[in-house]
Amino acid sequence: MSFLKIENATKSYGSVEVLHKIDIEVQEGEFLVLVGPSGCGKSTLLNMIAGLEGITSGNIHINGRLMNGVHPSKRNIAMVFQSYALYPNMTVGENITFGLEMHGVPKPERDAAMARVANMLQIDQLLDRKPGQLSGGQRQRVAMGRALVRDPDVFLFDEPLSNLDAKLRVDMRTEIKKLHQKLKTTTVYVTHDQIEALTLSTRIAVMHRGYVQQLGTPQEIYDSPANVFVATFMGSPAMNIIPAQVVMAGDHPSIEVKDSSGKPVSLRFSHPGLAKWKDREVLLGIRPEAITDVEGADRKAQNVQTFTNLVDITEPAGSDTFVTMTLCNQAVIARMRSDIVVAPEQHFEFAVNMDKAVVFDPQSEDRIQLD
Amino acid sequence: MAIASNETAVSNSRFIQVLIYLTLLLFALFYLLPFGIMVLNSVKPLAEITGGNMMSLPVVFTLEPWAKAWSTAQIGVEANGLSPYFWNSIKMVVPAVTISTILGAVNGYVLTKWRFRGDTLIFGLMLFACFIPFQIVLIPMARILGLSGLAGSTPGLVLVHVVYGLGFTTLYFKNYYQVFPTELIRAAQIDGAGFFRIFWRILLPSSGPIIVVSIIWQFTNIWNDFLFGASFADFDSQPMTVALNNLVQSSTGVKEYNVHFAGAIIAALPTLLVYIVAGRYFVRGLMAGSVKG
Repeated sequence: MSFLKIENATKSYGSVEVLHKIDIEVQEGEFLVLVGPSGCGKSTLLNMIAGLEGITSGNIHINGRLMNGVHPSKRNIAMVFQSYALYPNMTVGENITFGLEMHGVPKPERDAAMARVANMLQIDQLLDRKPGQLSGGQRQRVAMGRALVRDPDVFLFDEPLSNLDAKLRVDMRTEIKKLHQKLKTTTVYVTHDQIEALTLSTRIAVMHRGYVQQLGTPQEIYDSPANVFVATFMGSPAMNIIPAQVVMAGDHPSIEVKDSSGKPVSLRFSHPGLAKWKDREVLLGIRPEAITDVEGADRKAQNVQTFTNLVDITEPAGSDTFVTMTLCNQAVIARMRSDIVVAPEQHFEFAVNMDKAVVFDPQSEDRIQLD
Repeated sequence: MAIASNETAVSNSRFIQVLIYLTLLLFALFYLLPFGIMVLNSVKPLAEITGGNMMSLPVVFTLEPWAKAWSTAQIGVEANGLSPYFWNSIKMVVPAVTISTILGAVNGYVLTKWRFRGDTLIFGLMLFACFIPFQIVLIPMARILGLSGLAGSTPGLVLVHVVYGLGFTTLYFKNYYQVFPTELIRAAQIDGAGFFRIFWRILLPSSGPIIVVSIIWQFTNIWNDFLFGASFADFDSQPMTVALNNLVQSSTGVKEYNVHFAGAIIAALPTLLVYIVAGRYFVRGLMAGSVKG
């Protein structure tokens, strides 16, 4: 029996259905990230788990208990909000223990719990301050302290890092991960940031337009995206999606694309099963890091295809250099080593790790399963 | 209130500045003039007023008109001054202001944080109360007071003022709570606080400025109200404004202008005091919500 179970959950506002039959099961100790663009319904789903929003149909169980209609405070959950939602009139210490006070925990116990949490988050010296006197990062810690002190069944995070500056965001991300490794509390975390999703989660639910597009481990999501939306949403820069033709080279399928001069380039496909799609259009998906120079190609790759093409733009980004070229009239980005010698307006020999290539059905935009 | 700081103010020449300040000073004096004359004449013996110039400084300084206005002036049939009516007003204003402010705060809280179907309609209807002229409600209100047995009593006046003020206080608190982050309410819900606990522990402690606005507004309006007081009060519940009118209008004997002036000042003093003590919060509270930061 899973720890958090969302069964056929839908949400409607009037006649508009915003979440459609969501089914997610989370095991105890898992870190589930709900990720998607704004308006995809991820925060609504989180609020439904919290009990802050009603559920139109379906069921939500937490720790074996049916939660439909149960008040948020009786679900044994704790939530960290995007704005931190610290009570402005209370000190940090009062903020942290307010929930315990409301649940009738006696003062000595509250103080002990507060001391433990303050120590864990290194906010001991802030306990007498008001939230208005804290920096963004400190507020974030206090908000987490308020959640931790409850010792809940499930932690819910609603975009907790989006109000922090870039550097602090990375630090706090690591901190949240560390905390989860230590406490192993089941967590549901909402974000629109795909890097946060990939780094923090044990599993990711990618959401779009009220549907879960794919539910899987970060590796599954990244390497085998279920459809074009997931492929382009997860990963930065996004996966290259190139309209291409399946052709046969002998009895093995190849994918044919056109280079910047319109000349056909044939890329041998790794999986023979693509032969079923002979002479048909597909969408070829290749991650930028699967396109390199010839020396930079992955040595463990079984099937590396090379071709020459005109370089449009080079963008050195410190650790990597992004090289843009044109295939089938579309910009295609390659991620290369920073010390690569490459210049725009010149021809360059690219190497494609076809082991990492995926293909999508151009009609449904779903990934073509070849096994 | 320096709204425009040095950086944002348009720089202008010294001459224009002097001109502006002179004009402002002139207007301030002009508006203060009636009050000044009232104060001057309230500390003169009557003979100085009737026999001479109202504008001149007192030759003989006396507080006797004040004492008389407060405790011995003839009002209606009794000669006990304004003091009993002053206390009548206090007994009416304090509960009316308190109740209408508390109810307004709860209304604002519900209308912004516990939205329900039709809440905008209800708020619209309540807003209506702000625009209905006093005279329209006189007869229905008299009927209700009669039916409820509150006619001619201080509780009756309290009821009238609470009902009439509710539209304003609700409007103030609704606007104030509109920008109060809803996530705070949700966090408190998860923490296990109920409807009133959230109101009492989270919302009210952050409502200082708007409470002051509501108190000043209600206090001033209720204290200064004449029509409801004259219509619905009995002799022993008449508020200050009605008594002042009776003092000034009494047709027997000589018109004691100095006593009238003193009485008028006594009647105006409480609202003046409230504004002086809490005025800066008034502006701040009115601005809250409209300007962020």
